[in-house]
Amino acid sequence: MALLLGAVGAMILWDASQLDAPYSQSDPVGPKTVPYVVAALVLACAAWMVVDVLRGGHGDAESGEDVDLTHPTEWRVVVPLIAAFVANIFLIDLLGWVISGTILFWGSVWALGSRHYVRDFVISLVLSLLTFYGFYAGLGIFLPAGVLEGVL
Amino acid sequence: MDVWASLLDGFATAATPVNLLYALIGVLLGTAVGVLPGLGPAMTVALLLPVTYALEPTSAFIMFAGIYYGGMYGGSTTSILLNTPGESSSVVTAIEGNKMAKSGRAAQALATAAIGSFIAGTIGTVLLVVCAPIVVDFAVSLGSPSYLAIMVLALLAVTAVLGSSRLRGFSALGLGLALGLVGLDPVTGQSRLTFDIPLLADGLDVVVVAVAIFAVGEALWVAAHLRRTAAHIIPVGQPWMAKEDWKRSWKPWLRGTAYGFPFGALPAGGAEIPTFLSYVTEKRLSKHPEEFGHGAIEGVAGPEAANNASAAGTLVPMLSLGLPTNATAAVMLAAFTQYGIQPGPLLFDREPELVWALIASLFIGNALLLLINLPLAPAWARLLQIPRPYLYAGILFFATLGAYSVNLQAFDLAVLLILGLLGFGMRRYGLPVLPLIIGLILGPRAEEQLRKSLQLSSGDVSGLWSEPVAIIVYIIIAVILAWPLLQRMLPRQEKP
Repeated sequence: MALLLGAVGAMILWDASQLDAPYSQSDPVGPKTVPYVVAALVLACAAWMVVDVLRGGHGDAESGEDVDLTHPTEWRVVVPLIAAFVANIFLIDLLGWVISGTILFWGSVWALGSRHYVRDFVISLVLSLLTFYGFYAGLGIFLPAGVLEGVL
Repeated sequence: MDVWASLLDGFATAATPVNLLYALIGVLLGTAVGVLPGLGPAMTVALLLPVTYALEPTSAFIMFAGIYYGGMYGGSTTSILLNTPGESSSVVTAIEGNKMAKSGRAAQALATAAIGSFIAGTIGTVLLVVCAPIVVDFAVSLGSPSYLAIMVLALLAVTAVLGSSRLRGFSALGLGLALGLVGLDPVTGQSRLTFDIPLLADGLDVVVVAVAIFAVGEALWVAAHLRRTAAHIIPVGQPWMAKEDWKRSWKPWLRGTAYGFPFGALPAGGAEIPTFLSYVTEKRLSKHPEEFGHGAIEGVAGPEAANNASAAGTLVPMLSLGLPTNATAAVMLAAFTQYGIQPGPLLFDREPELVWALIASLFIGNALLLLINLPLAPAWARLLQIPRPYLYAGILFFATLGAYSVNLQAFDLAVLLILGLLGFGMRRYGLPVLPLIIGLILGPRAEEQLRKSLQLSSGDVSGLWSEPVAIIVYIIIAVILAWPLLQRMLPRQEKP
């Protein structure tokens, strides 16, 4: 986390230094000041975090109703979930929401441990279709139809 | 105009059949998600934002009001029946509430929570009606330097007072401020932190960030630690209370309200401190101190009332100053901006119809909540049994849908995923989410005020403390930073 903070801080600092800020009477603060302040805050936090962690401090992971912190992070669940999400990003404009949404929901349910393949598939398809038509009819928002253009 | 006349107008707007329907939907949705694990009111409002673009702003806010109060109430059901509080504000309720449920008094615990919430919510909303115009009158007289000071106070207070680690709070705040910087500089039009990606020039859509941090981050986080054994849910019948329970509940309700509202209205309010204070008070004043720890009804009645009263109190700074102090208010404020409505003291002048309809719908929502939830409690309890894969896959599905439908760009989904992973990392390493969202929303506005102040003083730094209010606020900030004692009053969160 400290590394991430340090990276973010350095990034803001670098970006702010790239800005060209002509001094003007009407805007004495200019676009650079606040990024510098934020960068300083983030970098200070990063440094403090390093010290804190070295001295044995650690953040309490967030608990919740369905969270069981006695297990380590289950990457076998998280990675497929992210994969389903990424697939959706690339497929949504190509195949359309109905297909990519089905893949997203079905993939997520599978990743989370459900093994009722057929039932899950039906639910995914119905959800995608419902939202597609619901958004179109109810809100006037056209979700992409993709390859099913003309069919739907 | 007279406050009460305006309020009546508000009722007239809010009581049309269509708006009543939205209030009802809001209350039902809010309670449902409050009950469901992993979903909070902030996340719900964020997920619904894109959908409500097609609605009238007034209807949308009436629905949000219902979600807000419903979500506050729904959380208590979960903590009573499951002993696993979802929001930090219902931690205290779980202490006595779950003990009551285990000893077969779940119905009374739910009833005192529901009625206490109703009473506290109603009193809190009345206080809101009384206080908000006063704060507005005061706020109109303030200039940019004072605003800047108050915003800095809100940012620091939320960061420093809440949560167990100041360092991690400030880290989250820094990240939020950084996210707020993305986009074109409003004064000079130069792009900051856009990495030459033209799609970032307009800045990050607050909706996308909120959905990413609240919904995607939460779903991924829970997925990584999904409980393998189903939690034990205590079956519940119709909520009811005996005469004895009423007698023991009404004083804690009122005292809880008295704690909750002022804390909610303070820039660093939140519900944790007042619920805890209320619990301690009831324990001390109770005629049955031996029952505490084994399910004392006072220990549910007081904190629940404090919780809802603080929810009402939070709306005072939000509506009158444009300052959000909890996550739901922050997201609602983002919604105002999306509709092109400028939150702040001028809101009451410019959009009186909207504001008063919103306030009136708070009363309506509160009453609906009581009417609906007493008979429906068993149904809500059954909601807790939804198979978890469907629940969390559904959150991801609707998060994607919502974020995508704002601009119909796959690019937003990439942002959603990246920030979702950030939200995941924050939960993993104990960084609180709230400072990030508040920083994101208040950061750009604080910058604007800073620049305005210095424009007025033509670059003279002393322009920042040229107003008496600003000086006072800076003194308060110094006190907060130098005095971490308040933190010790917070109960340490215990793992269930």
